[in-house]
Amino acid sequence: MDNTGVTLAGPFASLTLKNPVLTASGTFGYGLEFAPYGDLRKLGGIVVKGLSLKPREGNPMPRTAESACGLLNAVGLQNCGAEAFLRDILPALPADKVPVIANLYGTTPEEFAELAGMLSDEKGIAGIEVNISCPNVREGGQLFGQDPRLAAAVTAAVRARAGRLPLIVKLTPNVTDIAAVARACEDAGADIISCINTLSGTAVDLVTRKPRLSVTFGGLSGPAVKPVALRCVLQVARAVSIPVIGIGGIRCAEDVLEFILVGAHAVQVGSASFSCPDTVFRIVEELPAVAEKYGVADWESFRASLITD
Amino acid sequence: MNPTISRLKILDIVPFGSGPKHEFFALRLTPPKWESCAPGQFVMLRPLPARSEAVCPRPFSICKLTGGHLIVFFQVCGRVTAEMAALQAGDTVQVTGPLGNSLPVRADRPTLILAGGIGIAPFVEYVDKHPRPATLTVEFAHRHPLACYPFEGIAEKCAARSHMETVEQDRDAIVALMEQRIREFAPAGLVLACGPTPFLRLVGNTAAACGAEAHLCLETRMACGIGACQGCVVKALLPAADDAPPVLRSGPAAPPDDGAFVRTCACGPTFRADQVIF
Ligand SMILES: Cc1cc2nc3c(=O)[nH]c(=O)nc-3n(C[C@H](O)[C@H](O)[C@H](O)COP(=O)(O)OP(=O)(O)OC[C@H]3O[C@@H](n4cnc5c(N)ncnc54)[C@H](O)[C@@H]3O)c2cc1C
Ligand SMILES: Cc1cc2nc3c(=O)[nH]c(=O)nc-3n(C[C@H](O)[C@H](O)[C@H](O)COP(=O)(O)O)c2cc1C
Ligand code: FES
Repeated sequence: MDNTGVTLAGPFASLTLKNPVLTASGTFGYGLEFAPYGDLRKLGGIVVKGLSLKPREGNPMPRTAESACGLLNAVGLQNCGAEAFLRDILPALPADKVPVIANLYGTTPEEFAELAGMLSDEKGIAGIEVNISCPNVREGGQLFGQDPRLAAAVTAAVRARAGRLPLIVKLTPNVTDIAAVARACEDAGADIISCINTLSGTAVDLVTRKPRLSVTFGGLSGPAVKPVALRCVLQVARAVSIPVIGIGGIRCAEDVLEFILVGAHAVQVGSASFSCPDTVFRIVEELPAVAEKYGVADWESFRASLITD
Repeated sequence: MNPTISRLKILDIVPFGSGPKHEFFALRLTPPKWESCAPGQFVMLRPLPARSEAVCPRPFSICKLTGGHLIVFFQVCGRVTAEMAALQAGDTVQVTGPLGNSLPVRADRPTLILAGGIGIAPFVEYVDKHPRPATLTVEFAHRHPLACYPFEGIAEKCAARSHMETVEQDRDAIVALMEQRIREFAPAGLVLACGPTPFLRLVGNTAAACGAEAHLCLETRMACGIGACQGCVVKALLPAADDAPPVLRSGPAAPPDDGAFVRTCACGPTFRADQVIF
């Protein structure tokens, strides 16, 4: 395979990537943290840590706990705020060489819309990903992604202010019918759907009889969630006609192909960047050869070619 | 020195202490790509091939780095350290480092080193690389027999004493001694400490009370070790710029009045005691 680039064409705007591998929000810092481990410009795209209007302090420690093949986190969306990001961090990123996508977190549709407005004119921003699915924060977050009407309301509010930017809506797996939420977001003006965010979970300590996370509940990520993520991408890709970005437990190039096989246009690599900081760079490098090994001629013909009876 | 990822072979793994069930090991590895590091820095380590259920590597202090090898000293206390104890010469581990800041070295000031348990590890390298070990005094508090720890190498190079806590009451005597020593080193001396959080809190409080300059090396739980996950925070009075990605660490931002969560891996693991809010 020589041409590994991909275009995610939405009804309002498109996202063109030199390869289908992006980083997942919250697992790649603001991007710069990974500069020692690989060439950021080679990535399909960088999705930065969730940004809110005001800086957020996040939850007390402990914020992480490991489970079998999984990681629970309850960071609580600690971030420097959109303004500081635009002023201090974005200029240091090679945004002319790699698409930088801002992941947004808000507690009301108005807040999401205001954030989108701040970013829509920024040269260095290639797209907006709306996090309607963070399970860690007690207020807001979860609610939007769990109710198709609220998900649509946020999508429409952001759409109105996003201008030229492609709008990605990121779904939570913590719902009964993810396809219904995806359709609602498509109808409300999303260009692209990404899924999944973390699965709600907890871990407890028998000795102290306390939860292992300060806020009791956290979000599960890592290899343990991959089957759930594949199922969600399959269902969503069948339900909507806009492109889908697959996220969840991706560790290697084969995993990327699996997500494309069930219908994803692109993927994001999350917790695997913790296991080894060069994971996403290695996946990008190995993908063409691995795709060739499995007889993938081009993304278009391979995508959603899953054979079922 | 920019951190890099190395895949290193195990030269040997030496159990410390006696008895049928060992909990303490020195893991000796082939030299990493980086040739130097500062004492107090750490690595993120993971056995390869990653066959365990663990997603994240684990942080370990650099116990010793020479041209010939890198040594990590560890205590078995959970999933990954148990797996590490079962490794053999010839096996491979993934090592990312050197990470974090360093313990201050001041040859012109008498320096008091307070170590608790496995918190002794970074001081092996510290004492080894110190230009004037004669200015160092080490007080080491531990719960397992002394032979479990890499204490001998330290005691050969500087004034070092150990204090074993066998029963609950021993702790009061150890605490009193530590407090007294800190007061002796104030205000001209330098106090460095590494160990469990209650131990560090005690050092911090005592140092504050008597005006000693103390630096604490924290052992916060970490998921990534490289500043990406925000999972290792400590409440600290640091300028915001200190918690920014390295390329941006220059801006003069005023520290918040009541402290902010900063990443231990990116801003530490060593902090000035008066900047940490426990
Ligand atoms: C900068 C730094 C340097 C370190 N240097 C050394 C060293 O030189 N030698 C050494 O033996 N250890 C060192 N540690 C501690 C070491 O990282 C942990 O012992 C290790 O991560 C445990 O991994 P595990 O998989 O065996 O335990 P896990 O299975 O992950 O955990 C076992 C139990 O310990 C708890 N736990 C795990 N990590 C911590 C923590 N940091 N604080 C409080 N509770 C925790 C867990 O919640 C669980 O209950 C250092 C830590 C840091 C941050
Ligand atoms: C520590 C951590 C922080 C995260 N922060 C965010 C965030 O700010 N916004 C968001 O949309 N998703 C966030 N996520 C979710 C990831 O982007 C991703 O959807 C999830 O981890 C599943 O992918 P993985 O299994 O590859 O990690 C976070 C995940 C982790 C582990
Ligand atoms: S361990 Fe991930 S930010 Fe420090």
